[in-house]
Amino acid sequence: MQINSTRYTIVFIVVLCVACSLIVAASAVSLRDRQEMNQKLFRQKNVLLAAGLVKPGEKLSDREVMEIFDRNITTRLAVLETGFLLPEDRLDPKTYDQRRARNDPALSRAAPPNAAQVMRVPNYGTVYQVVKDGTIDQVVIPVEGVAMWGTVYGFLAVDKDGTTVRGLTFYDQKETPGLGGEIGNPKWQALWQGRKAFDENWNPKLTVIKGPAGTPADDPHRIDGLSGATITSNGVSRLMAFWLSREGFGPYLRKLREGQG
Amino acid sequence: MADTGVMGRAERGAFLEPVLTNNPIGVQVLGICSALAVTTRLDKALVMGLGVIVVTAFANLAVSLVRNYTPNNVRIIMQLAIIASLVIMVDQFLKAYLFEISLELSVFVGRILTNCIVMGRAEGYAMQNPPWISFLDGLGNGLGYTLVLLATALVRELLGAGKIFGLTLLPLVTDGGWYLPNGLMLLAPSAMFIIALLVWALRTWKPELQEKD
Repeated sequence: MQINSTRYTIVFIVVLCVACSLIVAASAVSLRDRQEMNQKLFRQKNVLLAAGLVKPGEKLSDREVMEIFDRNITTRLAVLETGFLLPEDRLDPKTYDQRRARNDPALSRAAPPNAAQVMRVPNYGTVYQVVKDGTIDQVVIPVEGVAMWGTVYGFLAVDKDGTTVRGLTFYDQKETPGLGGEIGNPKWQALWQGRKAFDENWNPKLTVIKGPAGTPADDPHRIDGLSGATITSNGVSRLMAFWLSREGFGPYLRKLREGQG
Repeated sequence: MADTGVMGRAERGAFLEPVLTNNPIGVQVLGICSALAVTTRLDKALVMGLGVIVVTAFANLAVSLVRNYTPNNVRIIMQLAIIASLVIMVDQFLKAYLFEISLELSVFVGRILTNCIVMGRAEGYAMQNPPWISFLDGLGNGLGYTLVLLATALVRELLGAGKIFGLTLLPLVTDGGWYLPNGLMLLAPSAMFIIALLVWALRTWKPELQEKD
């Protein structure tokens, strides 16, 4: 066959593409377990960051992260609708993946129209209880919502009083570096500590405003906006409003402050 | 000394020349875009450099192996398919073994595909030369790129954050030290100045590199 003939060219390209895809598929499949392990560890580390059990920039080995996590955190599932904890024998919280459950019709429902553009809500939400001296000190809840370029995923740590913010992280976001991407900046995240998630009537009330906010004591519900990132700031406000509301972790946080979390 | 062989003069030339006298960034002025983006910290620059070394070397090897069986009108597609596969493998590898660095680098690792050095060497060198020497040319070009990246990152991390590989050398004022960091060094334009100075230094040291007007 002539090397520049049409038939040879097509055969050549098919063989090349099949060979390349086999190599790529083999590497993806063989490395998947390690990658999933890394993702799980990274999520655990971010739960610890939100709870303040690990400081930003602290260098820890994988084993240390797992050890701190296992020592301090009890992972449970909350029935979002009622706020009650799911008995542990019903569904294993350690293997439950909220992001996967959300797409499983048997484990989720369509979300009512909301500003955070959350399409589906899982029936059960993962809650990470930070246990200190045998009692719950704070809980870390997962939050997510659409910002500028896509969905941002984070963790919010709330005190056992059910309203005081103890910490916040965003661990998966594709916002513009330097502008909206600053939601990943530990210095900005630290501004959330000490704010109150709910007003006196227990309605969610955390907002990222335009410009600077006061100290948590004077200005308990507002956080400094990010310059040049109005859409990201609004996205964060909306996702907080959604996940703290009745549709999200609102009922669970009410149970928590009533001492049944 | 043999002119060709496993490591003869031609092979050594293919490997060593791109490191200095024919440096891809300093002389060929290829791969500038990523050099501006990933040189804020030495660890990022090193990982990116290693990624490019692996991709250029193996892309050159693979392209050279199939060069005689490739119809001329699909040769660029052939190069792209090979380079893209290698880039995906590097990305998968980083996600599995250097996860936290991969989070910051994943955007740029994907762009190795469009790094002019890789395509440039595949089309400009590996299409005309046998596999082994092409492989060495790829290694050399990757290494030359990495050296410039590291030199730039060294200046930027030291002056911008007072650190080298994350170890504090110049204690910052904000942490109770004496060094007031130069914020410009952490922004992309500073890399342009540093690389320009490097190109200047290289051409002063080796005047034969200067183009005649």
